[in-house]
Amino acid sequence: MRFPEQKLIVSLVFLATATVAFCQEQGPASQVNSCISCHLEIGDELAVPIEGMKGDVHATKGLSCADCHGGDPTAGLDGDSDAAMDPAKGYVGIPDRMKIPEFCGRCHSDPVYMRGFNPRAATDQLDRYKTSRHGQLLRKGDRKVATCTDCHGVHGIQNARDSRSSVYPLNIPETCGRCHADSEYMQPYDVATDQLDDYRKSVHGMALLERGDQAAPACNDCHGNHGASPPGAPSVAFICGQCHLNNSEMFLSSPHKTAFDELELPECEACHGNHAIEHPTDEMIGVGESSICLDCHEEGSKAYDTAALIHDQISGLKERMFYADSLVSQAERAGMEVSEALFQLKDADDALIKARTMVHSLSGDETSIITEEGLGLVEQAVLAGKSALEEIQFRRKGLAVSLLFILILALGVYLKIKELDQKHPIREVK
Amino acid sequence: MDSQQNHSTSDAKGGKPSPEIPRRRFVNLILGGGLLTTFASALLPVIRFVIPPKVKEAVQNSVVAAKVGEIPLNTGKVFRFGSKPGILIRKETGEYIAFSAICTHLDCTVQYRADFKHIWCACHNGHFDLTGKNIAGPPPRPLEHYSVVISGEDIVVTKTA
Amino acid sequence: MNTGAVRPKGQTENSDMNTSRSLAWLRERYDISGLELFFKKKEVPIHSHSLWYYFGGITLFFFVVQVITGIMLLLYYRPTAEAAFESVQFIMTEVRFGWLIRSIHSWSANLMVLAAFIHLFSVFFMRSYRRPRELTWISGVFLLLLSLGFGFSGYLLPWNELAFFATKVGTEIVAVVPFVGEFLLKFLRGGEEVTGATLTRFFGFHVAVLPMICTFLLAFHLLAVQKQGMSVPIAMENKPMRVMPFFPNFLMRDFLGWILALGVLVAIAALFPWELGVKADPFAPAPAGITPEWYFVFMFQTLKFIPAKIWFMEGEVLGVLAFAIAGVLLILVPFLDKKSNAGQPGKALSVIGVLVLVYIIVMTIISYVMPQTF
Repeated sequence: MRFPEQKLIVSLVFLATATVAFCQEQGPASQVNSCISCHLEIGDELAVPIEGMKGDVHATKGLSCADCHGGDPTAGLDGDSDAAMDPAKGYVGIPDRMKIPEFCGRCHSDPVYMRGFNPRAATDQLDRYKTSRHGQLLRKGDRKVATCTDCHGVHGIQNARDSRSSVYPLNIPETCGRCHADSEYMQPYDVATDQLDDYRKSVHGMALLERGDQAAPACNDCHGNHGASPPGAPSVAFICGQCHLNNSEMFLSSPHKTAFDELELPECEACHGNHAIEHPTDEMIGVGESSICLDCHEEGSKAYDTAALIHDQISGLKERMFYADSLVSQAERAGMEVSEALFQLKDADDALIKARTMVHSLSGDETSIITEEGLGLVEQAVLAGKSALEEIQFRRKGLAVSLLFILILALGVYLKIKELDQKHPIREVK
Repeated sequence: MDSQQNHSTSDAKGGKPSPEIPRRRFVNLILGGGLLTTFASALLPVIRFVIPPKVKEAVQNSVVAAKVGEIPLNTGKVFRFGSKPGILIRKETGEYIAFSAICTHLDCTVQYRADFKHIWCACHNGHFDLTGKNIAGPPPRPLEHYSVVISGEDIVVTKTA
Repeated sequence: MNTGAVRPKGQTENSDMNTSRSLAWLRERYDISGLELFFKKKEVPIHSHSLWYYFGGITLFFFVVQVITGIMLLLYYRPTAEAAFESVQFIMTEVRFGWLIRSIHSWSANLMVLAAFIHLFSVFFMRSYRRPRELTWISGVFLLLLSLGFGFSGYLLPWNELAFFATKVGTEIVAVVPFVGEFLLKFLRGGEEVTGATLTRFFGFHVAVLPMICTFLLAFHLLAVQKQGMSVPIAMENKPMRVMPFFPNFLMRDFLGWILALGVLVAIAALFPWELGVKADPFAPAPAGITPEWYFVFMFQTLKFIPAKIWFMEGEVLGVLAFAIAGVLLILVPFLDKKSNAGQPGKALSVIGVLVLVYIIVMTIISYVMPQTF
């Protein structure tokens, strides 16, 4: 049900007046739109949409009530509400919940129409929605699943890039959580409801919600938005790889890839978890207490040895870096010039970070290339730190020499005093 | 010194050495030597302190990152800005640009990739365009921008902030 | 001259020929007979307490070292929150011998305060402040207070963590002064908080205000000492005693004292190089181990021991008030001590002096033994 011609006409009319109309409810311009005047007059529940539309993205772009709901806003000015809300004139009223996606899709899936507002606007939302868990269940007649309005709001919809919008990145976890964290609401479905809590504690959640770092993923960055669904096991590395490119690439060419596929393990998630991903530690690899490797690999296996080796390489580099750092910062605090060593330590830190990424290739040989490179830099810094500290000792020796001169002078003065005391003798006075 | 000379001449002339004279000479030697060396060891640091050091300024806001002609077209060079790295890039157009070389993700040192024609961080595959903006991978923020001035043979990079 | 060469006495005249030649040159141009007479006539008494006479001169020596090294540091130092730490780091790393000059300046400051304290107490116990030297004493007490001011303002200048927080704690004390506390705090800090404004202010105090006052006071102090000569302890007054010429005997001894002081300074600077520390971050929490300079420690320790509320007054206010009164009493000592002016050393005052000294030492030791935060 589309009314392109009518829409165009009404749009043209309202383009000039709508904004003014919403600003001045009782002004003469409101006379043009019987929807607004009537709804405001009756008030209460019926006035809510009018109030809501203030600042709505559709309203600010010049669309009016009839552009979505149909009907004839000019017809009802004399009080004949039936004329205004005439189904023959395309009046829809409140769309049925099952029909909301199509209701919005009338415009949002029309590339030609949408282009008029934003040449880059996506128009695939409806198609994607149909493929989502939400869309599939809706088609099966489940009225509880999310439709457009559940996430975007109804009257008062904001652009997703507007920080007031419920689908602004920082607000997404809360928006999804409205349903997904509600165990009562989610009761009919076989889905956990702890994702939001888990996410909030995760490294991603902390980055996004606490630091406001929008490079960190919200729910939709992994699950999709309009096409939201749980990713299948073999997609995980691709999804994480959107940001963690190297890790993903290394994983995909590592022995884990084929093994995980056979075991149907969810790739990255198998070691790192999903919603509650924490900052990884160096103790995750190796054969220590917090090792994840031991969940699958037993002592005596080749993988066990590799895990131990890689852990030793990384912790070896770390220990040495710690030592070098303590030397260099001791020298720095003492006021020695160690910027070169600090520079080298920074490069060593690069190597450590690269080695940590390299863990995902699961090859002790490859990590060792990086850690050895790092160790080389660290040793240079250690030397620089040591020589700076030795320089302090050297200075002490230099001062000891000048102290010797001072003592010789003191001796000379002392002898001179003896001499002077003979020359100008001490005398008794009464 | 002069007075000692006087003594020796007077000694030679007088021919009557006093037991006091060697002792006095010894005292004067110790005193003079001590004064001279102490004074010298105090004066040396003072003079060297007053002479301006190689690095002129306490707070370094600019540094000579490279010489003109040192960097071929479409390549970059990581230089030292104190103890932190910076990156100087010569675009294909010949224009020089410079940024902090510290990746905004985990502080790795970034590099220029001639094949990508933009800045790349090897640690986690982060990409930055030639305005320093983070365009792919995990870096959350753009690189800090430095200004470049060519002064004679030197390419001088200055912190703008 | 040659005849003189036979006798040791004549020898001296011979060797001093250069001196007399330049003296003649001066005499030709200026009338220095007064000065000459003064140097010829001035004598210094010798007794069992003569040793204490040297500490004034040693304090002066350290002061001269401070002036010289201070001016040198000024060549590179920058008094802003952004550059102060970096410039000190620059002095220590880039400027040749900068580490030495800075270490000497820092240690000499401490030794100067120490020497001044010793000087003060020795003068106190020998009652050297009695008539007619009251003003010498008063100027001396003010000079000591000035040295403390130098120490306090200079401590902040490297803008490191330790200095920053010590200054924060130190300036907080003045806020408890009744009526004008708030004003004093703002005046010292150049605002509500310790900031770059405080640094600039302290720099101004350290290199302009305090030196200016100090120059006048010091000139008066030295002139008074030279005019009035050395004081003799009461017990030895009007009794036969030994004296030595001020010039050259005593001056040479003074010189020896300075050389030994220089030796101690160099040795300490070599054994304990003064550190640069970590740049101050006004928004970071105060790190552990914040202490003021050692010569303020006994006051802070006292304030800590005073209960929060005594009678109707706040403990801290009472403490600060007590120290202020003690300071006033210290200045007025020459007028309060009637007995010594009458020619007899009062026992009671010595006891008080010893008690104060013991108190200061004990409090200082306690604060270094007891781990704590200020």
